[in-house]
Amino acid sequence: MAAPAARRTPIPAGLSPEALLEIYYYLRLTRSLEERLVNLYRQSKVIGGLYCSLGQEGQSVASAYALEPGDILSPLIRNVGSMLVMGATPVDLLRQYMAKGTGPTRGRDANVHFADLEKGYLGNISHLGDMVPVMAGIALSFKLRGERRVGLVHVGDGASSTGAFHEGMNLAAVQRVPLVVIIEHNGYAYSTPTSRQTAVERLADKANAYGVPAETVDGNDVFPVYESTKRAVERARRGDGATLIEVVTYRRKGHAEHDDQRYQPKEEREHWAKQDPIDRYVRRLVAEGWADEGDLRALDHRVSAELDAAVATAESEPLPDGGDALAAVLADPPEAERLWYRRR
Amino acid sequence: MPEVTYLEALRQGLWEEMERDERVFILGEDIGIYGGAFKVTEGFLDRFGSSRVIDTPISEAAIVGAAAGAAHMGLRPVAEMQFIDFVSCAYDMLTNYVATARYRTGLATPIVVRGPSGGYVRGGPFHSQMPEAAFFHTPGLKIVCPATARDAKGLIKAAIRDDDPVLYLEHKYLYRRIKEDLPQGEELLTPIGKARVAREGTDLSILTYSATVWKALEAAEEIAAKDGASVEVIDLRSLVPLDDAAMVESVKKTNKVLIVHEDTRTGGVAGEIAARINEQAFEWLDGPILRVTAHDVPLPYASTLEDFVLPQTADIVTAARRLLAY
Repeated sequence: MAAPAARRTPIPAGLSPEALLEIYYYLRLTRSLEERLVNLYRQSKVIGGLYCSLGQEGQSVASAYALEPGDILSPLIRNVGSMLVMGATPVDLLRQYMAKGTGPTRGRDANVHFADLEKGYLGNISHLGDMVPVMAGIALSFKLRGERRVGLVHVGDGASSTGAFHEGMNLAAVQRVPLVVIIEHNGYAYSTPTSRQTAVERLADKANAYGVPAETVDGNDVFPVYESTKRAVERARRGDGATLIEVVTYRRKGHAEHDDQRYQPKEEREHWAKQDPIDRYVRRLVAEGWADEGDLRALDHRVSAELDAAVATAESEPLPDGGDALAAVLADPPEAERLWYRRR
Repeated sequence: MPEVTYLEALRQGLWEEMERDERVFILGEDIGIYGGAFKVTEGFLDRFGSSRVIDTPISEAAIVGAAAGAAHMGLRPVAEMQFIDFVSCAYDMLTNYVATARYRTGLATPIVVRGPSGGYVRGGPFHSQMPEAAFFHTPGLKIVCPATARDAKGLIKAAIRDDDPVLYLEHKYLYRRIKEDLPQGEELLTPIGKARVAREGTDLSILTYSATVWKALEAAEEIAAKDGASVEVIDLRSLVPLDDAAMVESVKKTNKVLIVHEDTRTGGVAGEIAARINEQAFEWLDGPILRVTAHDVPLPYASTLEDFVLPQTADIVTAARRLLAY
């Protein structure tokens, strides 16, 4: 059902109709991939914790979409969407979650904890806030070499309480490095609501402590997230330093799949379910006549077929050999010693 | 050959590497305009400019984290901890991020974290620490501890060229006390992971590193003069990788081992060394493996207290005599 062409309004932020469809593809891919991961988790094929981003996919995709080739993004566990936009493949994500020997870390680490600096992503570690100083260093390398590249790092509301977040923000600010820091404010750090995490009214207010500009945007609307990130990225690329963006969203699933969410009021979850970023995006695209239902359904089918193939491939592949655990702790020596009682 | 101090040797090594390789840069607190609390980087700002000599906020975690990020991108950062005691503020960054990056993601993190360690200087509990044991335990970090001016220079240069993260623990007691004739105009590189025979002997091996190398040498001299026994002193130089072959070779020659370090006893590096010798050279031992270390207390400030707590030459002589009696 296409809207009448005569009432068509311009697409915001200079996005083309093709770009809108590409963003939709990544939104759908993110959600569908996570649905597949949940199934695999329930079959004990995803063997560790599974942290989903239901309701947060819009900001993950939109923020990463504002970057250019050569830029580097560091995700958090709920930024699978950002990873996909940066070029991580569904099959590699599946291998990683399933600890396959063929995966990007050969079964050594879980979820989005992997990196490809050529494609432009550097996975986080579990110690929240730590990627802010590391990404400040990556952005510092851009500045020192006079490269017009930008770093973007995602943290959660909880991470903004850490010392590493503070130190990294402060260093990035005082060195004026090209870094965009996004606080994904989803209401809860595990079970702890933001009201018990911080006494500031808005997380963006923390930027005052560092002397950097900040914005707060609706994280469930793709367009303002994209526009805000784009502004910050351009600012960084111009040499005007770091920006803090607070995207306000909501974590509709538990911290991880085992979590029964007893601490989240039912009405609260229902309210946010109506704010689903993909539903809102589709409604807007169709209502404005920027895309038609047929194009979107075709992308749904493409995502489904791609994931069928990726899941089949990942499932068919083996776990790593135990002895592979010894290689590459250091460049030299290339392998840790195999203990005598494990020698063959 | 001009005589240079341990500190000047370190400074020369750092300078030469920055001249040689424009990817090398330094960052830390008060290292630029002020030239560093101990003046290791004096003159660097004028020569290399503020983009390669970066005065940072008081943020050890951010200094190490940012160094790691820059290293991923191909730069060669050398991060100074103003006193190595403060490296504990970057413990998370070093052990969780830096040490695991290659193993998990395949990314190289060629950083050097250096700073003044050690006591015998009345620095009190927070300006005298030996931090090696906390990091010795973490796979993925190399640790070097130069005792001589030659190695102060040779190891900083090797550490900067190494593709792995290296903790370079210089000793502030040695900064201006040790002087050595060093050849100029030729490359001084000390291989990481190779121990050095500081004194040859046949009756007893002392395995040690950093400032206590000099105390072990004094003890060996005294024992030679008064007891007529021949003590070998091995300067380990690197703790990770540890030179097992050099240690075992010495044990096979002398059949007696005394391990000396300035760090506290429990969980100290000496325990690991003793275990390795036990595993690799048990049949060659003619006595127990003994340790001379600091006592298990925070390092106190008063000279009388510090002198009591830290290992002294007389302690090494006492322990060596006990072992020689077997």
